[in-house]
Amino acid sequence: MRRPKKYESGEAAQYITRKQALKKLQLSLHDFRRLCIIKGVYPREPKHRRRAQKGASDIKILYHAKDIRFLLHEPIVWTLRDYKIFGKKTGRDRAIKDFRNLKRRLDMMPEIKMDHVVKERYPTFIDAIKDLDDCLTLMFLFSTFPSLRLIPREQSALCRRLTIEFLHYVIASKSLRKVFISIKGYYFQAEIKGQKVTWIIPHYYPFKPTTKAEVDFKVMSIFVEFYTIMMGFTNFRLYHSLNLAYPPQFPGSITDDEDTFTDESSFVSERISCLNFDLLKTDKTVLENDDDLEIDYDLLEQDGDSKKVLRMKQEAQETKKLKNLFKGLKFFINREVPREPLVIIIRSFGGRVSWDKNSYPGGTFEESDESITHHIVDRPSMEKQHISRDYIQPQWVFDCVNQKTLLPIAKYLMGAELPPHLSPFVDHKRETYVPPEEKALRDPSLIETHEQSEEESAEEEEEEEKLNDQQLEKAFQAERDQMDDGEDEEEDDENMEEDDDEGLDENEKKRKNEKKNMAVEAGKVHKVNKRAIKKDEIEEHRLKARMVKPRHRNLFRKLIREKQEKDKELWLMTKKRKNVEADAKLKKKAAKKAKKQAAV
Amino acid sequence: MLRKNVLKRDFVDDKTKQTKNDFVDVLQNSPEESDGDSSDEELVEENFSSDESELEFESDDDGNYVRKEVIADENETSDVEASEKSDDIEDYSDDDLSDSDKIINKPDSTEIEYISERNDEYNNSDTSDEEDIRNTLGNIPMHWYDEYKHIGYDWNAKQIQKPVKGDQIDDFLRKIEDPNFWRTVKDPQTGQEVVLTEDDIGLIRRINSGRVPDSQFNEYQPWVDWFTSEVEKMPITNVPDHKRSFLPSVSEKKKIGKMVHALKMGWMKSMDDIKKDKLLKRGPKFYMLWETDTSREDMRRIHDPVSAPKRDLPGHAESYNPPAEYLFDDKEMKEWNKMSDEPHKRKLHFLPQKHKSLREVPAYSRYLRERFLRCLDLYLCPRAKRMKLNIDAEYLIPKLPSPKDLQPFPTLESLVYHGHTDLVRSISIEPKGEYIVSGSDDKTVKIWEVATARCIRTIETEDVVRCVAWCPNPKLSIIAIASGQRLLLVNPKVGDKFLTKKTDDLLSESPKSDQLETDRIKTAVQWETAEKHEQIKGVRVVIKHFKVIRQVTWHGRGDYFATVMPEGANRSALIHQLSKRRSQIPFSKSKGLVQYVLFHPIKPCLFVATQHNIRIYDLVKQELIKKLITNSKWISGMAIHPKGDNLLVSTYDKKMLWFDLDLSTKPYQTMRLHKSAVRSVAYHLRYPLFASASDDSSVIVSHGMVYNDLLQNPLIVPLKKLETHEQREEFGVLDVVWHPMQPWIFSSGADSTIRLYT
Repeated sequence: MRRPKKYESGEAAQYITRKQALKKLQLSLHDFRRLCIIKGVYPREPKHRRRAQKGASDIKILYHAKDIRFLLHEPIVWTLRDYKIFGKKTGRDRAIKDFRNLKRRLDMMPEIKMDHVVKERYPTFIDAIKDLDDCLTLMFLFSTFPSLRLIPREQSALCRRLTIEFLHYVIASKSLRKVFISIKGYYFQAEIKGQKVTWIIPHYYPFKPTTKAEVDFKVMSIFVEFYTIMMGFTNFRLYHSLNLAYPPQFPGSITDDEDTFTDESSFVSERISCLNFDLLKTDKTVLENDDDLEIDYDLLEQDGDSKKVLRMKQEAQETKKLKNLFKGLKFFINREVPREPLVIIIRSFGGRVSWDKNSYPGGTFEESDESITHHIVDRPSMEKQHISRDYIQPQWVFDCVNQKTLLPIAKYLMGAELPPHLSPFVDHKRETYVPPEEKALRDPSLIETHEQSEEESAEEEEEEEKLNDQQLEKAFQAERDQMDDGEDEEEDDENMEEDDDEGLDENEKKRKNEKKNMAVEAGKVHKVNKRAIKKDEIEEHRLKARMVKPRHRNLFRKLIREKQEKDKELWLMTKKRKNVEADAKLKKKAAKKAKKQAAV
Repeated sequence: MLRKNVLKRDFVDDKTKQTKNDFVDVLQNSPEESDGDSSDEELVEENFSSDESELEFESDDDGNYVRKEVIADENETSDVEASEKSDDIEDYSDDDLSDSDKIINKPDSTEIEYISERNDEYNNSDTSDEEDIRNTLGNIPMHWYDEYKHIGYDWNAKQIQKPVKGDQIDDFLRKIEDPNFWRTVKDPQTGQEVVLTEDDIGLIRRINSGRVPDSQFNEYQPWVDWFTSEVEKMPITNVPDHKRSFLPSVSEKKKIGKMVHALKMGWMKSMDDIKKDKLLKRGPKFYMLWETDTSREDMRRIHDPVSAPKRDLPGHAESYNPPAEYLFDDKEMKEWNKMSDEPHKRKLHFLPQKHKSLREVPAYSRYLRERFLRCLDLYLCPRAKRMKLNIDAEYLIPKLPSPKDLQPFPTLESLVYHGHTDLVRSISIEPKGEYIVSGSDDKTVKIWEVATARCIRTIETEDVVRCVAWCPNPKLSIIAIASGQRLLLVNPKVGDKFLTKKTDDLLSESPKSDQLETDRIKTAVQWETAEKHEQIKGVRVVIKHFKVIRQVTWHGRGDYFATVMPEGANRSALIHQLSKRRSQIPFSKSKGLVQYVLFHPIKPCLFVATQHNIRIYDLVKQELIKKLITNSKWISGMAIHPKGDNLLVSTYDKKMLWFDLDLSTKPYQTMRLHKSAVRSVAYHLRYPLFASASDDSSVIVSHGMVYNDLLQNPLIVPLKKLETHEQREEFGVLDVVWHPMQPWIFSSGADSTIRLYT
């Protein structure tokens, strides 16, 4: 038997460098990149890089040899080659100005078929939903793009269509769970088929061109090329799971490409107006019956593990409540408020929403409608206000959703200084520092203390007023004293009566004195030096920590270091918070003083 | 015919070229003539570049050719063209501009007519270049006749003789003499010389300067509109429309009928339909790809797929309106700016910002870049499955019983023995535990009463005391003191008086040795009885060594003791027998720098520690039993468990090694309890305790339980760190000794004190 040569088997044979892969597939780097993105083939990190690279120690991009062999059988490879030929031929036609031929060729442009790739990359539907995060975020970004050199306008149009379809599904299925306004954009998290899907809608502003060194649109465009296909199939299945017709029919002209492309702002308003309409159902006989779908928790309870079941039950109730959070509420969005995120949120939690019909299409009711309960405003003041509704800032809607209840609107009124907007995505296990606001929200008992402090501040303010009005009060009291001179006699009588009562109680007093004399002196409690004990304990723990096994020592040190860093972070944050609060107090005091001085 | 035409074309080209050249000759000659200076070579190089003249020649020749063709074809076309002639009358009357074209179109019935036509033509157009063709050769290259005397044939089929060709001198003479020489041109067809007329020259000049050749032609004559721009209201002709124009065409009707049928049947599609179809075809088609939510079809996939990790979800700091503590203060801002070169090292990848209202939030400038980087990550970042440990640090600490359950052990410092003036290197305790002896660098040995911390006796020696060892035999009261090169056996004269006397008696007379000692031992060791002044101090026997003694240790029975001289090479370890006053050198070869020796408490074994290893020798059989591998750089000390199965080794590289001698030659457990070099270790004789002393000025008391059950491993629990000694330079605690009965521990330190912990 022949002895295998070095690097002929094992890890070295398992991996293949990119250059080798290109040679094997007979593709250019561009085509290979495209193929990898579409097929989801990625480089691998070998266990022993040096061995995998046949002894070379510099870092190379390694692919699994099986992956490359797998790509070898891909029909897309042939399409890519056809595409290359197509490019050459059309280029020639263009060069010799043979436009008739060119037109004929352009009609026969090879197209990459990706349906099978979607199924292959996501064997189950759940897999596809799991991978929806990046897809949605990128598509929402692309849907804001104008037609660029490297991004065909059909692509951005398709992105627009598919994202709206998805949002409609989220609204119809009421699967939105968490929302967050970040400086990067609006984060949304929905729970679809038990999977958490998070996406970002960027703050809407016109497209800003970037240099090629910073962003390569070609790469992103290839990603979107695949994502649109995947999204389309996902939407199809999602719609059918809700008995909705796909593709949905919108009243607006979202599919009219010409209109929307000409005017960006009109497109956006169209897009939002689309969101404000209910979708057509395929089967109208099916009633919305959420209760049927829910698991019978009573049945589960018999299995034991009742704590878990209880928690599940509670969670189910909470989500049920959350789904109908805004039911029966009518919102009116003022002109200056970004409408898209708010419409998505309000609609998916059962509220009704409208805006000024004259400025943007799609409003369902007028501003003067008396049944409007909330008017969302983002300006310090308004001239004309209706008494029947609450004027609130948009953050209220977001905070309500994250808190799963309708929060009191006192802090969110028009022109008020908003409380901090907290992220609902924070992992309490990982994050050590919890801001006091969040603590208060989590524990209702702390809310009261929080409010109490406010009350105190209110009292303080009252005192201020009192001080301010001291002179007035003095004058008033002087008057009253004169008035009350007559009544003083009566009060004296009452005092006499009280004296009599005291005479009766003398016996009791004696008894009490006796009791006092009988009292046993309290023994001195042995004081435990807590500090010393703690010191001892720490010492003990340190000694124990020295007994960590040698093979775990580095890990142990790392963990300890991490813990120390976390503690430091925690300490720093609490310190900063204290400083901030102290500053605020000082300012308040200074303001008070200034007020006083002004009064004097 | 087409082919012919092409051929003809070629001829024409050649001919025109020739004529052209001739013309050039002429044209170039004329100014030269006036200058009176000429050179033929230059002329050839010059190019004649007027297109017009060329065209003219061509058309001319074409005309000739076509004319002939027409003559050939006339019989066939005459009938048709005769009829057409009548229709075209109007055209002819108007068309004076291009005569040659007319000739082409004009059908001629007879030759005479043609000639007359031709005459007419010559009359009203310029015929200067139309000459009498005498040569009938036709359009062939004239160089074919270069070899012949004649140049062609005239109308009568007679040869045309080439004119006599003069030589260059003749030419030159003619140039001088003939005033018309510059306007003389050679006719290539006949070889005759032709003198150009004034008109010809004028024509050539006009052509050469790019003007209209005809001098009579007025370029600026008034423009006459042929088609009027005015729209007439009434028809110009009064001819009524034909009936046909009112009736629907039958053939068209049929065609339309067919089309309608095709549309109806779907064989044909309207343009709108085609456009719509195209649009529909364009986008991707979606259908139900997955049958159910969770079922999967077996397909080839990529090998061992690793899904990309999701992006981190945003924390409070990313909020548009975060709590105030998340915003950067000045210090953090400075740090942020400092790391602008290496942004990946920053704590956060963005700058937290606070906006008063949602209206004021701007677009995030790096959003596009972030999305792009994510895309790059997805397809370019190598992926691997890694186990991530998500455990608390506490989990790694082994589960050990609480020290409270393992009492008694010393916890408090209860006594300090002051008296020495330099570091106390070694201490040793009396077997009953009433007295303690200490040896110090101040060259004294002190004996202390344990209970009162009183120094009973001080023995001054001549050199630094490196080691003291109380004889473990309770029936003897002897202390071995290693002072420099001398080993002193001292009777401390404490405790039982009877015992001291007995010991004195024993040591006073030296037994007679019947054996002769070898030179090797003699040069190394000499036994001597102490001198008078030393006898008073209590020194009984002095054993002089040839090198500095580092350590001395007793055998359990108290008859044998061993000394170590690290510099002694192959004689570094010695075993002495007190009863016979005899010494032995057990090893003939040195296996390294001997650091420490120890007797086994029960078996006749000797442990010898070199710098790296420990060797166990059987003293009876005189052979190596075992070699323990420590993996440490430098061993400092050893202690053996009273049962004899476990060995504790201290090293200068901060480690303590617990060897289970039955188990393996490798350490059962390595402990790194100290932060600095471990100087000494000691087992308690009764309690399951051991202690270690280190240069970090601490003594650590540990629980070391050894079970009788062989299957159960020893249990080691560190109990207490006693840290009361002071640090002197880099020395801390140098020696540690347990009380034989009580759970008390003594330690001697560099701060020249001895301390007792209970």
